Amino acid sequence: MTDAAVAPAGKLSAGAAPTRSGQRRFWRRLRRERKALVGLILVALLGVVAIFGPALAPYDPEADDFELFAPPSLDHPFGTDSFGRDILSRMAAGTQVSFTVGISVALLSMVVGVTLGLIAGYFGGWVDSLIMRFMDLLWAFPEIILAVGMVAVFGAGIRNIIIAVAVAYLDDFARVVRAEVLRLREEDYTLAARSMGASHGRVMLRHILPNTLAPIIVQATFAVGLGILAESGLTFLGLGVSPSTPTWGLTLNEGRDFIRQAWWISVFPGVAIMVTVLGLNLLGDGLRDTLDVRGVRDAG
Amino acid sequence: MTQYIIRRLIHSVLIVWGCATIVFFLLRAIPGDPIIQLLGPEYTPEAADALRAKLGLDENVVVQYFRWMGNLLRGDLGSSITGAESVRDALLSGLPKTMSIAVVAFIIATAIAIPTGVLAALHRNSFLDFAVSLVAFVGVSMPSFWFGIILILIFSVQLNWLPSLGYASFSEDGAWEWFSHLILPSLAIGAGYAAILMRFVRAGLLEALSSDYIRTARAKGVSERRVVIAHGLRNSLIPVVTVAGIQIALLLSGTVVIETVFSIRGIGRLLVGAIFDKDYPMVQGAILVVAVIFVGANLLVDIAYTLIDPRIKYD
Repeated sequence: MTDAAVAPAGKLSAGAAPTRSGQRRFWRRLRRERKALVGLILVALLGVVAIFGPALAPYDPEADDFELFAPPSLDHPFGTDSFGRDILSRMAAGTQVSFTVGISVALLSMVVGVTLGLIAGYFGGWVDSLIMRFMDLLWAFPEIILAVGMVAVFGAGIRNIIIAVAVAYLDDFARVVRAEVLRLREEDYTLAARSMGASHGRVMLRHILPNTLAPIIVQATFAVGLGILAESGLTFLGLGVSPSTPTWGLTLNEGRDFIRQAWWISVFPGVAIMVTVLGLNLLGDGLRDTLDVRGVRDAG
Repeated sequence: MTQYIIRRLIHSVLIVWGCATIVFFLLRAIPGDPIIQLLGPEYTPEAADALRAKLGLDENVVVQYFRWMGNLLRGDLGSSITGAESVRDALLSGLPKTMSIAVVAFIIATAIAIPTGVLAALHRNSFLDFAVSLVAFVGVSMPSFWFGIILILIFSVQLNWLPSLGYASFSEDGAWEWFSHLILPSLAIGAGYAAILMRFVRAGLLEALSSDYIRTARAKGVSERRVVIAHGLRNSLIPVVTVAGIQIALLLSGTVVIETVFSIRGIGRLLVGAIFDKDYPMVQGAILVVAVIFVGANLLVDIAYTLIDPRIKYD
């Protein structure tokens, strides 16, 4: 029997939870990762725009009393669109929508995917087979096609887009967590907790889950970016949010027909999507190096 | 090995069957009756019943399912809900377009990813490495449809070098016409793919170059070129092939959106159009084709491992 097995149950999870010195070490290492730092700054700046977007915008995003197709100028840094609306103001409003979609997608697919991965890995046997065969089915559909199909079934709109994209990325979380759990369930402290009579739920939540947090955090960072990309793609195909919501994907799509006379309508929203996803990818990649995580898939 | 391939084949068929079944029943759960949409202003309850009977939609869902499966096994995907064309013919005319885009994208991406990945690895931590990595990060972060629009803006609108829309047939219009129509869409979806591959080539080669057998090869006087290509690159290819296989999904997803940007009537465009028209048979057929390509590509990747690395043996 190991030392851990004779220690009181309360202390067993102490090693699993992040300690204060562990947190300090984490921040020190993260600061050394220039990639992560650049990513963090980009994401933080855009986060500020997302929160205060409407207040920062120079004009009302719906106001259509400006010149049509005005090229970028001091009054309208990103120009105006085919209805005479200020693109910068619409993009500021769109930041909020993009972040809401991205973060909601990441949270939803994380909660469901992690739960499924945890159960599959912990119980093994037929439970594992059942869950993972279902994940195989999800995996057999390219994500955007799965999302397109689900939006077709449940209808367009932000809520359905979030659900559709989250389902499409469930399997990534489930796989990452399951792989970790398979390793952790054989660890001494897990066996010790079990032998002292801890319930399955307690072992999973207190002893195993905290040790899978690193890959989950990295995967979630990428998932926010994937969510933003997927939303813009669906909106671009006409399956996205309603035309009254000024998202980046919508503005980009509206500019497509005028690309020859007014390039700015499509170009700037695309740059916004790219910079946001770039920030999240840099942050995720830096976190992966800092937390020393392997096997987590990139956004893209 | 043969046994392994047979087992994998059965597994692949089961996955495709599962996909087809899920899609079949999900589509029947769609709110809104396609018959109403189809008849439009000519809608009367009698006309609707007649059309429903003609399309076989008046029967029990389970009966419809078994009939569809039976037809599927005979290669009959039914006819489009508008009745204008057979789903099989539409998909067969779309397939070469989608596959052409995906294959050219794959070739362009590999042609970019392997040399840049090798260069970045050989000049680790140099400015070149930094620049290549930065471009790769940008590559995975941009939406492919947006990059497609930018490419049209530069190469079609400004420079007038390449066509911005449509598809040219290889057999009828010639190789150059075919290829010139594919360059921009393929580059648009290949860029993200290249970026991902390149990072794996770089990481794999760096790991391989630090191993003992490379030191041995150098010590016995093997030329640097041979060390990198024959010893380093070949050993670093396994993760690259895995990623290349998994990310084929990325190329297929990319074609769905990029076909809309470039007005090419491939599988993706058929699928999106069919969703708007609530054309069940076409949606089912298109998704089935995508699932078959995807699962088949992954099977090929598994088999490709053994060719690259003779140490891998499947029981």
